[in-house]
Amino acid sequence: MRILYYLLQKEFIQIVRNKIILRLIFILPVVQLLVLVNAATMDMKNMEMVICDQDHSSLSNRLISKIEASPFFVLERMTPDVANGRERLESGEADLMLVIPNDFEQDVIKGQSGEIQLLANAINSQKAQLGYAYMQRLTSDLGHQFKLEMTGEKTQSTLSSTYTYWYNPELDYKFFMLPGILVVLVSVVGMFLTAMNLVREKEMGTIEQINVTPVPKYTFIVAKLLPFLVIGLFELALGLVIGKFVYNVPMQGSLWLVFGIASLYLAGLLGLGLLLSTFSASQQQVTFVSYFFLLVFILMSGIFTSVDNMPEWGQKVNLFNPLFYFIDVMRSILLKGAQFWDLWRQILGITILAISFLTLAVLNYRKTS
Amino acid sequence: MKQLWVFIKKESKHIFRDSRTLGVLFLMPLAQILIFGYVISTEIKDARIGVYNKANDYTSHQVTERLISSGYFKVVAYFSNKAEMETSLRRGNIQMAVVFPGDFGNLMQSSDGAPLQLVADASEANTAQMLVNYAQGIVNRYGWEKTGDIDQTTLPIQIDVRMFYNPSLKGVFMSVPGIMAMILILVSAMMTSISITREKEFGSMEVLLISPLKPWQIIVGKVAPYVLLSFVNAATILLVGILIFEVPMNGSWLLLGFINLIYILLSLSLGIFISTVANSQMVAMFISLFALMLPTILLSGFIYPIENMPDPLQWLSLLMPPRWYIQSVKDVMFKGAGFFVVWKELLIMISFLSAFMILSVKNFKIRLE
Amino acid sequence: MRKAESSMDVIKVDKLVKKFGDFTANDHLSFQVKKGEIFGFLGANGAGKTTAIKILCGLSAPTEGRVEVAGFDVEHQTEKVKKSIGYMSQKFSLYEDLTVFENIRLFGAIYGLSAGLIRERSERMLKNLGLYEQRNRLIGNLSLGWKQKLAFSVAILHRPQIVFLDEPTSGVDPVTRRQFWELIYQAAAEGITVFITTHYLDEAEYCDRVTIMADGKIEALETPRKLKKQFDCETMNEVFLKLTRPH
Repeated sequence: MRILYYLLQKEFIQIVRNKIILRLIFILPVVQLLVLVNAATMDMKNMEMVICDQDHSSLSNRLISKIEASPFFVLERMTPDVANGRERLESGEADLMLVIPNDFEQDVIKGQSGEIQLLANAINSQKAQLGYAYMQRLTSDLGHQFKLEMTGEKTQSTLSSTYTYWYNPELDYKFFMLPGILVVLVSVVGMFLTAMNLVREKEMGTIEQINVTPVPKYTFIVAKLLPFLVIGLFELALGLVIGKFVYNVPMQGSLWLVFGIASLYLAGLLGLGLLLSTFSASQQQVTFVSYFFLLVFILMSGIFTSVDNMPEWGQKVNLFNPLFYFIDVMRSILLKGAQFWDLWRQILGITILAISFLTLAVLNYRKTS
Repeated sequence: MKQLWVFIKKESKHIFRDSRTLGVLFLMPLAQILIFGYVISTEIKDARIGVYNKANDYTSHQVTERLISSGYFKVVAYFSNKAEMETSLRRGNIQMAVVFPGDFGNLMQSSDGAPLQLVADASEANTAQMLVNYAQGIVNRYGWEKTGDIDQTTLPIQIDVRMFYNPSLKGVFMSVPGIMAMILILVSAMMTSISITREKEFGSMEVLLISPLKPWQIIVGKVAPYVLLSFVNAATILLVGILIFEVPMNGSWLLLGFINLIYILLSLSLGIFISTVANSQMVAMFISLFALMLPTILLSGFIYPIENMPDPLQWLSLLMPPRWYIQSVKDVMFKGAGFFVVWKELLIMISFLSAFMILSVKNFKIRLE
Repeated sequence: MRKAESSMDVIKVDKLVKKFGDFTANDHLSFQVKKGEIFGFLGANGAGKTTAIKILCGLSAPTEGRVEVAGFDVEHQTEKVKKSIGYMSQKFSLYEDLTVFENIRLFGAIYGLSAGLIRERSERMLKNLGLYEQRNRLIGNLSLGWKQKLAFSVAILHRPQIVFLDEPTSGVDPVTRRQFWELIYQAAAEGITVFITTHYLDEAEYCDRVTIMADGKIEALETPRKLKKQFDCETMNEVFLKLTRPH
């Protein structure tokens, strides 16, 4: 224990003395949190639509005014010329283009399907999909209503659906993104610092002086992990403060639980960093390998898109992804007020991963080559 | 010139001997494109829903059946009280709950119509929005059918949808240029900045500087192997994208190659610039990683559409070199654009390139004095 | 008599072999080092000196053979060996971003010295070195000579039975080298066995016994005086040339 104390003292002195890194550790994540959370918006409220109405009928007018009234679409412009509309779509000025052909209303009155054409710029596929879904609902309602009016029956559907969005009634996408980005930032800082720190000692040769001493390797590894775990937790706290006061992210659940699980998570992730560094001879190498793991973890974690849309095997791979568990934990606790027993599976996953990574790191760290 | 060639060969040997880094170098683009191609998806399929059916009558069962047969939803839980539903949502076992009121079937006969409630877990705001939308579409359609014996086979208004540039809505489509942007900037900027800083840290830069090699030759020697690696990487991604994911290539290969060359040089010059600022490998890593990783993902239009961002961020994204690269690659590959369409992007990238070069040379000189 | 002598051997190396792939860095080395001896390990760069010293310190595992240091088997009782030895590597390996005193405190604590003992010994050591005024300076700012002298003093801070020095004087000026050897003699006088590798042949004269290594093998092992006599040379340098370039 006494050796651990002195080793920790050494690590902290070194960290504090490295002013540039210290500043980067805290300034960069804060700046990123302030900027990037705003960038990650998938709000689908402003889809620009260009409309070519060749029908000029009462039905087509009703369709257009429904579109105008919808919060999702913005009428970019009306044009009689299809070619002109296509140009606007191609140039990216419009996301969607609607063509209403000239016998549209007639077809509906005759009892056939009135066909309209929706052209979507699908390079952003999610936006295109959602635009299509909105349009389908809008036209379905309008069409049925119109037909019922013709027959003079009642114009109300017998089935109405209401919806509530729980945990985030305003559908603020930032509530979803902030926990995710925060986890990424904390992970990047912690993992890279740990991985590079040990390899730096290898590059500098100082590790040899330590290895020739009788210092127990567990003690040494704990001393290498603990400082970065503390930094990670501090960073997390900083991020939560920003989340609370800048983004107004709700914090429904227990922050103790957040930090408890975070410690476990960080121990595992930093363990992975150490494990990678035991394999690496240069900082460049370890940076690169860590980057690879982190990037795969991040992309798979469901930070940008729902994990539920992934194929089965992708979800299985995620059982080995610490970020997947922890992002889920953060979102669940902060937004939904999840408690310990709601999260036992995630906690179990994080624990198993942490134990495995740490064990492997200890086993693979050799004082003798 | 012969000295330079010898030096380049030495540096290349150094890099190509490190099989681990090389392995990762080729694995990384592959893993990324596979993740984007096969794993990440915004398509809603088999979303987990729960049913809280207070009515338990024929009509409610039919609506449930409709939801399931749409392919969007899969019922994973039936609840007998509200608390069960709440727990299930909080634990993330279900993404949405469908609540049928007590006498659902009877209410459908009444003039007010039957209200059906959808409760979505909006901690994932977009998924919630999509789920609610799809469910409402299905439910509404059922309602209209029951309202006035409408022919179930023909919809009054039919939408003929065309998804342009990406007809099958494959997510991998728009991610190929983004993946290239990320990998190239990583390989070029991060690797070079760390490798040059390493020389500085160990004092071997001074040895090189007093050698007969001129400073620019040293830099060229350092970065030349990475140009080659970057090109191989870009080619790998393109090949996989085109062969496996059928990403279209409608433009000129020569132009695409030129865009890549400019972008690679730009990234290298950024790497060199970082190395003139950083005094240790860790600093170089932090700057290149933090300045490049998340901003490249989030501010370049790679995952999140730029036009959705708040104005200040849209301006900020103008300063992101990957934005211009992604834009021009998309234009060339998807739209078959020629030089006169992408000259603006190219010019901007060349300006960045020159700016970084000038700054580096300036910093380098100051350091030497 | 012989028996008593051998029990005084603090290092026993028996047919030590170290291979890296096809390359044999140490080819069946056998020798003993007596307690209190200053034992020189000579050889050109790449002769296998550093490989051997790393095995003796437990930093590297032998491929074959048996090595005993301070009465413990290096391969299987590595951590026990480490308690009894000090080591100064070829490459300066104290923490440059820590101060002189912080380095001393760290290594003292790792070897289990009490805070009081650390303070007392470091004070005596630093005054002896003439570094006391500099104790709060970052090591990175010291000159190479000071660094080397400090590294040696830190290596014997815990009073090990044996101290291993790997090319301790390479790159320092002649005056500092002299001072460094004075430190070595002081340590030897306190009963610390000194195992030193060097490629400065004049330094071989200061050793009690030397081995000369070439291409991973021991070519000779004797006192410098006997070696000179045996090969009929004036200086160790000549002995060395005769041994390593016989043709």
